[in-house]
Amino acid sequence: MATRLQFENCCDIGVFSKLSNAYCLVAIGGSESFYSVFESELANVIPVVKTSIAGTRIIGRMCAGNKNGLLVPHSTTDQELMHLRNSLPDQVVVQRIEERLSALGNCIACNDYVALTHPDLDRETEELIADILGVEVFRQTVAGNILVGSYCLFSNKGGLVHPHTSVEDLDELSTLLQVPLVAGTVNRGSEVIAAGLTANDWTAFCGSDTTATELSVIESVFKLRESQPSMIVNEMRKSLIDSYV
Amino acid sequence: MTTPMSDLAASGMFLPSQTVGTVLCCICGVPMTPNPANMCVRCLRSRVDITEGLPRHAALVHCPECRSYLHPPRTWIRAELESKELLTFCLRRLKSLTRYVRIVHAEFVWTEPHSKRIKLRLRVQREALNGAILEQSHLVEFTQHDNLCDSCTRVQANPDQWIAAVQLRQHVSHRRTFFYLEQLILRHGAATRALRIKEADRGVDFFFGNRSHAVKFVDFIASSVPAQYRTDKQLVSHDPKSNIYNYKHTFSVEICPICREDLICLPPKVANTLGNLGPLVLCTKVSNSIMLLDPFTLRSAYLDAKQYWGAPFKTVLSSRQLVEYVVLDVELESSEITVGGSKYALAYAQVARVSDFGKNDNIFSVRTHLGHLLSPGGYALGYDLYGTNINDFEIDKYKGLDLPHAILVKKSYEEKRQKRNGKTRSWKLKNLNMEVDTTAKGRLDEEKRTSEYEQFLRDIEENPDLRFNISLYRNNEYQPSEMASTVGGDDLPSVQLDELIAELSISDEEKNDAENMAE
Repeated sequence: MATRLQFENCCDIGVFSKLSNAYCLVAIGGSESFYSVFESELANVIPVVKTSIAGTRIIGRMCAGNKNGLLVPHSTTDQELMHLRNSLPDQVVVQRIEERLSALGNCIACNDYVALTHPDLDRETEELIADILGVEVFRQTVAGNILVGSYCLFSNKGGLVHPHTSVEDLDELSTLLQVPLVAGTVNRGSEVIAAGLTANDWTAFCGSDTTATELSVIESVFKLRESQPSMIVNEMRKSLIDSYV
Repeated sequence: MTTPMSDLAASGMFLPSQTVGTVLCCICGVPMTPNPANMCVRCLRSRVDITEGLPRHAALVHCPECRSYLHPPRTWIRAELESKELLTFCLRRLKSLTRYVRIVHAEFVWTEPHSKRIKLRLRVQREALNGAILEQSHLVEFTQHDNLCDSCTRVQANPDQWIAAVQLRQHVSHRRTFFYLEQLILRHGAATRALRIKEADRGVDFFFGNRSHAVKFVDFIASSVPAQYRTDKQLVSHDPKSNIYNYKHTFSVEICPICREDLICLPPKVANTLGNLGPLVLCTKVSNSIMLLDPFTLRSAYLDAKQYWGAPFKTVLSSRQLVEYVVLDVELESSEITVGGSKYALAYAQVARVSDFGKNDNIFSVRTHLGHLLSPGGYALGYDLYGTNINDFEIDKYKGLDLPHAILVKKSYEEKRQKRNGKTRSWKLKNLNMEVDTTAKGRLDEEKRTSEYEQFLRDIEENPDLRFNISLYRNNEYQPSEMASTVGGDDLPSVQLDELIAELSISDEEKNDAENMAE
């Protein structure tokens, strides 16, 4: 199920949080309500970490990551880096990268297997992304926008892209990513998808302006209706048992 | 985004074809092409009203008399219902509207003319959400408030409502001066503000709605002819509480009675101040000063209005008393001399009265200033001092002044004029819209008036100086005769065609006439 919430009366919750299959980062806000929504949804499954990156609260736009790793910009302080390494599970590699385009969340969109990046990103950064996050990297644009991290969001199950994306672009992207994609909006017609929405394989959070129509689009494309954290384990177990049997 | 794409396409690069996809409207979930608001038009319209806050009613001030509309603060614009002008005017009245929206279309919705409502349907564009531009129709209703405009009010009220009257008078027996003044006034548009112009005995009355208009008119008269004036005012009403006084002003303007071609005997004092001029002099020109010429010595002097009214004098004989002479012989005494812009030559002439011709042998030998014009056998007009009984106090003051028998004033074209009697002139004059006295006494004057007017027209023909300040108009009814070209030499003086002004005609009929003439 997707949850509607807002951060200090702001509907762009993707800016203030970062959700992946292995962890969730939440900005330090004035009130606990934002954190507690994530906590109540995710507490028993993955760690929910309150942090800042480079002293800012816009952590969702500053970092990029998946279950394998987390990339933070060069402006991240040592203390923050230490805090993240301590809080995140051991298998998640936290890496600080020297990249001129420091808002990594805007430049990189990824799931656990593929990443789309800003076309102007360094070759070194591209290699680091491939190494740390364990993904295949494609330099791409979404509906003519180079900030792929802002205008699209996808998990291992599905993804939502900028509403102006043409049918051909949609086909090409979903071929690259090997997930079904849909053009859509969040927050009552906003086209900045990643700012209004953050999602992983079994849950999603979106801004409180999001309408029922948008919510149903999100839930259907990210396949959230049937999914529970335990589903994955069950599926796995089923296949294991299958193979045993 | 589209512009660089089209540039790329023009450069010949490969571009994959782009199909516009569909997204769901974020409110109602209807599939639609994406737009900046990502909302279907129906949802957008239901949520955003771009005409919100735009005026739906406005008032127009309308003058029912002349069908014009008030454009504040003071201008009145004439426009018919459903006309282009009215549309422009109405849109201009909605200026506050264009600050918020763009008007792409405007049209009238028909309304009953007596309903005093004008309905305007506009299509307006305005940015709604995230740069989505919405177009919507908007109805504005104008209410006409009837209110007479200033000029109509003035006409509607008693037209006799004048504030200032100018009474123009000249105490002479003819109206020549007023014919001339009429043309001057027309040419300079000096009396356009007059509410009424009325002919009076020995003068004309002008009525104005404002004192300053009258003052301006009096100034114009004083600059055209030697005149003096007196003003008076009569209290009509007053409001002592707010210190308002309403007066009727009267300007009594008296024009000096000396006219062109008059014979004057200067009083000794005036003659002395002018360097012992005269004392018998002819007035040759009247503008804002009087030009006096001694026909025996060709000495001349100018007398302005102040000097004249300081020591006024009268004429001995005026142009009505001119007698026709036959010139028998001319003996030039000097060559041509230019005095005050016109040429003269002193000469001795032997003349006889036309009335005496063949009856007796009265021949006068006189000195004249018209030596260059006269020729033996020709005719001249002059004052017959031999035959007239002069009783003038000024002449009596000069002891031992021997009067000449005749003083010739101008050449006569009477003989030649006989031929063209009844023919129209090639030119015409405009006339002031003057109220004429139609009482019994006034009708008696009618004949005298026409003959004087004819005399005035002849004067204009003979005197280029006189024409200088007057606008002559081409007479469309005039047919030039074949004879005109054959007559040469000592022809009648006439007005050249290039001096005439074509009259402005507005009606279609006359325009056709003009075109026919051009062909």
